[in-house]
This record gives sequence, structure tokens and C-alpha cells, in this order.
Amino acid sequence: MAIKDYLRERFFPHMWCPGCGHGTVLNSMLRAIENLALEKNDVVMVSGIGCSARISGYVDFHTLHTIHGRALAFATGVKMSRPDLNLIVPMGDGDALAIGGNHFIHAARRNIDITAIIMNNRIYGMTGGQFSPLTGYGKLATTSPYTNIDHAFDTVSLAIAAGASFVARTTTYHAKQMTDIIQKAIQHKGFSVVEVLTQCPTYFGRKNKEGGAAEMMENYKNITTPIGSKASRENPDLIERGIFVEKEMPEYCSEYNKIIQKAVKGK
Amino acid sequence: MGKPKLKKLHIRQEWCKGCGICVHFCPEKVLELDDKDKAFAARPQDCICCKLCELRCPDLAIDVETEDE
Amino acid sequence: MKNQIKFVQGNEACVEAALYAGLDFFAGYPITPSTEIAEHMAVRLPQIGGKFLQMEDEIASLCAIIGASLTGNKVMTATSGPGFSLMQEALGYAIMTEIPCVIVNVQRGGPSTGLPTHASQGDINQARWGTHGDHAIIALTASNHQDLFTITVEAFNLAETYRTPVLLMLDEITGHMRERLHIPKPGQIPIVSRLKTSVKQGVDYHPYLPREDGRLPMSDFGGIHRYNVTGLFHDMWGFPTDNPQIVHGLLRHLLDKIGNNVHLIAKYKEFYLEDATTILVSYGSSARSALHLVNNRRNRGERLGLLELQTLWPFPYGIVREKCANARHVLVVEMNMGQILREVKIAVEDPEKVFLANRVDGMFITPTDIRNILRLIQGKGV
Ligand code: SF4
Ligand code: SF4
Ligand code: SF4
Repeated sequence: MAIKDYLRERFFPHMWCPGCGHGTVLNSMLRAIENLALEKNDVVMVSGIGCSARISGYVDFHTLHTIHGRALAFATGVKMSRPDLNLIVPMGDGDALAIGGNHFIHAARRNIDITAIIMNNRIYGMTGGQFSPLTGYGKLATTSPYTNIDHAFDTVSLAIAAGASFVARTTTYHAKQMTDIIQKAIQHKGFSVVEVLTQCPTYFGRKNKEGGAAEMMENYKNITTPIGSKASRENPDLIERGIFVEKEMPEYCSEYNKIIQKAVKGK
Repeated sequence: MGKPKLKKLHIRQEWCKGCGICVHFCPEKVLELDDKDKAFAARPQDCICCKLCELRCPDLAIDVETEDE
Repeated sequence: MKNQIKFVQGNEACVEAALYAGLDFFAGYPITPSTEIAEHMAVRLPQIGGKFLQMEDEIASLCAIIGASLTGNKVMTATSGPGFSLMQEALGYAIMTEIPCVIVNVQRGGPSTGLPTHASQGDINQARWGTHGDHAIIALTASNHQDLFTITVEAFNLAETYRTPVLLMLDEITGHMRERLHIPKPGQIPIVSRLKTSVKQGVDYHPYLPREDGRLPMSDFGGIHRYNVTGLFHDMWGFPTDNPQIVHGLLRHLLDKIGNNVHLIAKYKEFYLEDATTILVSYGSSARSALHLVNNRRNRGERLGLLELQTLWPFPYGIVREKCANARHVLVVEMNMGQILREVKIAVEDPEKVFLANRVDGMFITPTDIRNILRLIQGKGV
């Protein structure tokens, strides 16, 4: 199947701004799904609210566009009822880690087989450029007009600490790597977190003088490095990308099946 | 497997938003924006079919068709 | 067959009824005085192959059951005041997306943390108006365990029939009190199952195109039809739209599917209404004291009657108006500052004859409390 076959083409061109990295995430994600040859009927995409969340409207899967921050909670209900389905939950950084932070860490802790993609553009785009929990100290946003004094989460460390059994980071510049990582994340049995650094040229880029979409992507090339690289050892300021954690752990739905077996026997 | 050869560089004009990502990152400078800010293949003969433009285009507007496809 | 008579708390009766109605999936978060529902579910659901989830909060609990319902399950969550407040946004989502679910609120004293272990009926208006935007809602209640059983099953039936969340407004007294419960034989109470679409695979399916009777046949999410579900105003395929005509049509549909069927939805019980000159209107645990008083006074020849509401929303204005038409006095008995009183006043022809007997101090309203008010109204002094 070509990736176009996974699209709801009638809604194109999509609503994202020119150069918005979210489109590249959609692009890479569909390639990952294509490589895995998943049936459209076997994929459920659940999203919350924000620019990122609109991704679910564009794909020809079972799509559930929910409320701000709660996508993982809805997805948990779907997955628990239908463990055979592939659950993919793309979220913005505010969606996933501010309003949805609690659901995120608890989904990770349960290790339920869901692929969470955090599209980190360090800003609330849909509402016009307010700072998010990933904007970072010293940055500008409409609600941090003097400078941001909020420190950012490190999504990867947070996901690892919360118990996710697959944790990775990549960027829109590294589109090939993104496809590869998302593919592995979907295949992984357990809670997978993929953080994608993705540009919002309209707000984050403009406010922080990071240039247009291409310059912002160029920047991702310069500020990131493969995990454990020589460059990383020499310059700890570089952001590592790649797969940080990939481990086998009891998966939640499988564990609950054991509970059912126990309960049925003991009845 | 020999080097892939370009058959056609499809760019869906109505989907392209002229962000310039493909132009900026094409290693062979094949692509350009026209006066309506739509990407087009100015030098298709130079294309090495790396498909980076296709992968990165946020508007899914590019399809690099090679001879073997 | 096992002994089908049990001596249980109301919360447990609610669990048994939900299972009787075909519950598959429950998610919840501990909160007094509803916690026993989750505890019993944790034991009972896996025994029948169902799923029990303890989520990280009440918000997640409601979201999770909505997701589970979409895939074709009968679902429920249970909570109390503060948790019910947290659920309001997701409640609106379930209304907008027309996903059946049952939400139990075992009410306690509020506002805020209030009186966690005491009785109250203070959330009746929140049940009606809690989530933002114009909407219709179904809310039920019951005063004893046997009724609670039937009403819980009814809650599931209505959720399926109208594809809507249904609220079960219990209170601390009904939830915690122990009483005899006779579990009906399978089939004794009719069960409404999910109305599924007959549209074949590959044929265009319209998840949000109501049939002529207003009902929406569903396709299990994850099944043969792929569609979109969103809390945004949406077209018949479930895709977002701001087309004024479609927006208006959807809102009307959401209001009318319930508003036009009040006569089918409304459940109530009546005691000695035929010749009553004074009618008590009550519901939930308050109705127990009201009934006690009515029986007591009837024995002494007083023409007292009771209208016990089991459907609180949509409010059965027509029924209340008709039943109270000939009464000289109407006394609404409830444990709040007059949340149903307001509706009764709207319902009857002469609102001046409607009075309130209430308690809001965490203590259960007694027959004596009601009688004292009654004497005042009747000009007999306390
Ligand atoms: S506002 Fe930012 S995040 Fe939203 S579509 Fe535009 S570029 Fe993308
Ligand atoms: S990357 Fe895509 S949208 Fe951007 S200019 Fe090139 S073809 Fe157009
Ligand atoms: S395939 Fe590679 S070389 Fe050819 S136009 Fe695209 S980016 Fe340039």
C-alpha cells in the first residue's frame, strides 16, 4: 500500500502552516505503518487537542479526536477492550505533558501497549504561541513576553522514570530515523514513547528568532547527536537522539488476562 | 542493485505550501520555488533519487518516482 | 441456581444490577462514599471475563470507559461529588459524540470536599447543568435497593437506546445502607443491547446519521467501518464542521432525542395520590422518610400522598403538573437547598403552594423533620 492510501485525501491540503513539522511527523508515521504493512482496520489513532491532534483527521484509520490532554486515557479504554488493535497516540507537548502529564506517566507506568508520539514544538500553536512545559528557560512566548522562567521537562528522562519500556527521540530533520523509530515503537509490546522535535515556525520560530522551517530543521541537525556519540561526550549540551530504552516487560493487557484467568478459576 | 534512476518527480501543486524545506535540503539543488511559491524540479537531470524531499515534505506533496517502481 | 436473595449495601446492589444489564467494562478512582462499587467491580468483572481498571483520576476513568464503549462494550464508572466535578468535561464529550455510558454519583455533602461520609443530594443541578454548552441529560435515582437494581438496569437501557451518558444519582445513605436485595432471574428485566449498523463492509457508513426514529446504529470502533469521532461539531461521517446548518441540526438532535421522549424516559412511583390534599415530592433516600411519614399519617386518616421521582432529568414537568393538580400543598423533600423544588414550582400551575422540607447539615432527613415543616404549612405550628 502506498502511503497515500492511508490518507483521507479529501481533507488535503491540510490545515497546518507552511513548514509545520507536524506534517513531516505524519509523513514518517505513515511510512512506518506502510513498512509494517498494517491493515487500516487494525489501527486506531487517538488524539487530544491542539495543532498536533488534528493529525487524526487526516488518516484513514479508526480515529478518535478527544479532549485536551486525555488521549491516553481514552486510548487505554480502547486498548483494554481490543488488545489486538494497534493504538497510536500522537500528542503535542502541552497536550501530553502539561494538561495530560498525569495520564502520560500513568500510562507509562502500566506499560500498556500504546505508541505515544510526542510532537514537541515547545509551544501552544493552536491558541497562538503560549509557552508550554517544553518551551524551556529563557525562551519567549506570548505568555512569557519578558522571558520564560519555567524550566522544561526532559521528555526522555521523564518517560524512562515513569517506566515506559520503549523510549526514543528524533527530529523532523532526521525523517528516515523517525520512520525507523516509529516502526520499532509500534512493534514494541508495551508503552512506547517517541519524542519528535518538530518545528513551529509560525510561533516558536518567529518569537525566538530561529528563522523559517528549513533553518529550524537545520538547527535540529546541529543541536542533536546520536546517543553515546563522541560529540555527545565532548559537548554535553547536545541533545541525544536514538532509542534510549527498549526492554521487555509485562504488558498491561496481557497481565489483565492473567487476572481474568485467576478470577474465573476462583469463582 | 544499481543506482535508482528518476522517472518523474511528482509535486502536487495544490498541496504544496511553498515552505522551501525540499529546496533547502536537496543535496543536488534540483528543486526551486516558482513565482507562486510552489516547488518544482528545475534540474531533474541532477536528481539522485535520495528521496529526502519526499520524506521531509510536511505537506506530503512530493513523490519521487524511480524507473524501477 | 444459587440463592438470589442477598443482604447488601446499595453500592453492591448497583454492581450486581450493572452486571445483570451486561456490563463489560468499569474504570474508576477511589472516593468516598462510592468506593465499594469499584471494589466489588474489581472482584466481579474479571470473573465473567470483563475488565476492571483503576485509573489515575476520575477524568481518566470516564475517558477510559468512553473509549471502551466505542468498541462495543457496556461501560460504567462510579464516583462522588469532587470526582463528579472532574468528570464534567468528558461527560460533555460523551454527550457530543453520543457514546453510551453509565456514570454513578454516590452523592456526599459539598461544595468542595464537604462532608465525605454524610448524606446529601446536592449534585442534582450539577447533573443537569454541570458540563458546558447546551445539552440534554438523563439522570435517575432510587430510594431502596430493589428499585436501585431495576433503575440501574434501566440506566444501561436508556444509555443504549438514546446513545447518551446516563447519570445514576445515588447518595451516601442508599450507597452504604444494607438491605435485602432479590436478584431477578435473567430475562425478568428486559435488557437493551447495542443497536449495531447493518451496513456492510465497503459500503459508506454514516456513524452520525440518525435513523428516522432518531436512533444511531453503531459500528464497533476497530471493526469493519473506519470513521472519525470528535467532540467538535461534526457531520454525518463524524468529521469536524462549522457549517451553521449542520451545527444547528446536531445540537437540536442532541436536545430533541431526549427532550421529545420524556414520556418514555420518565420513571416514578406514586403512593396515595388519588385523594391526597398534600403531596410530598421526593426522590432517592429522602423519599424513604417521605414514604414513612405518608404511611404513618394515612393510618391516622390524613390525606397525604407521595410522588417519588426516579427520573430527575429530563424533569417530568407534565407528570408532576398532572399529579399535583388537585393538591392544596406540595412539599418537596430533598437534601439540598431546593434543587428539585425549583423544577416543581415551574411544573405546577400555582407555585405558591409548593414548599420545601430539606436538611443540608449532613444528617439524614427524618419523617419528623418533614412533619414539622408540614405542620407549619398547614398552620398547625411546630
Ligand atoms: S501554529 Fe505552529 S504548530 Fe500550529 S500548525 Fe502552525 S506551525 Fe504548526
Ligand atoms: S517541502 Fe513540500 S510543501 Fe514545502 S516547498 Fe517543498 S513540496 Fe512544497
Ligand atoms: S530525491 Fe533527493 S536529489 Fe532528488 S530532488 Fe529529492 S532531495 Fe533532491
